[in-house]
Amino acid sequence: MNRDLSLLIGILVSLLALLLIWIFYTTLAADPGPRLAPLALEQLPNSGVSHPVTAVLLNYRAYDTLLELAVLLAAILGIWSLGPAPSGFQPAGPALTVLANWIVPLAIITGGYLLWVGGHAPGGAFQAGALLGSAGVILRLAGHERAGLPNEAAQRWLVVAGVGLFLLVGLLLAVFGAGFLTYPKASAKWLILLIETAATIAIGSTLAAAYVGGRPPLAQSTSAASKDLGA
Amino acid sequence: MTAAFLYGAAGLLLFALGLWSLLVHEPLLRKLIAFNIMGSGVFHLFIAVAHRSDGSSPDPVPHALVLTGIVVAVSATALALALNSRLEEADAKASSSKTTPSGAPEPNTTARTGLPKPSSNGANRLRWPSR
Repeated sequence: MNRDLSLLIGILVSLLALLLIWIFYTTLAADPGPRLAPLALEQLPNSGVSHPVTAVLLNYRAYDTLLELAVLLAAILGIWSLGPAPSGFQPAGPALTVLANWIVPLAIITGGYLLWVGGHAPGGAFQAGALLGSAGVILRLAGHERAGLPNEAAQRWLVVAGVGLFLLVGLLLAVFGAGFLTYPKASAKWLILLIETAATIAIGSTLAAAYVGGRPPLAQSTSAASKDLGA
Repeated sequence: MTAAFLYGAAGLLLFALGLWSLLVHEPLLRKLIAFNIMGSGVFHLFIAVAHRSDGSSPDPVPHALVLTGIVVAVSATALALALNSRLEEADAKASSSKTTPSGAPEPNTTARTGLPKPSSNGANRLRWPSR
């Protein structure tokens, strides 16, 4: 790119940054006005969970989270539509294999813990799903061609699990309950936990499948790779 | 107030740096990294806005938005990377068919190493440019 032009862009972007920082400063200095935080904390006992962020994600703004899972699904569909995945890496050396054998189960256990603890402390489906996804990335780096995921047909079920179960609960509540994704107070905790479990599985397998970078490789090469990994 | 301002201003600076890099650099991979840095700046800003100066617990709504935003950003980046590598493959194929008119396929290094094969012309998306 032309040097003068990039200098001009630099000056303009600096001016924009200064303007934004000035706006941010005056906004902070001004009276904050009414906010959603008191409302969110006030309704917390009715939400089924005791951590405000989880309550916002799965109860107050459940719509948002549903659509966000749909975005994840759209991304993985886009990646799969680009064709078969590039070939995997060579089988890992002994050190990486042992490391993967240790880290992957630990990541799965920690993911389950994070999922459960999300009800009353920082944690939840997204953190747990990210851990599961990173376990898949480690497996793929260690030579497992499908990043620890099952065959293509099963993977399709896994990646739609989150948005599918979320929608199913929402529609059932719309027909038999108070309205779309309006949980009854008594069963709110278990419905949220159910949705979060499905969302964790979907997020984890979607992230791992996204790392594979294409339609899942065929079964026979994967069984060979996993034998290598187990050896 | 000061802590929230410094944190949020750092986020705005990250946003501006990312925007500059996005506009100035040509390779798609650099644009993608720049775009992610812009997103990180926005997340910074949201976390700073959630901070309450009176010592009460932070506003959970921006926290939840950032949490979903991170996952969406990661998946969108994965899609963009996959598109980028397909573009790279197509460019490499086009340039190799141009340089070897006999039609002999070049040995496929991609399958063995998992890394894209550098090509002589075009296809500089994945390489760091020397500005």
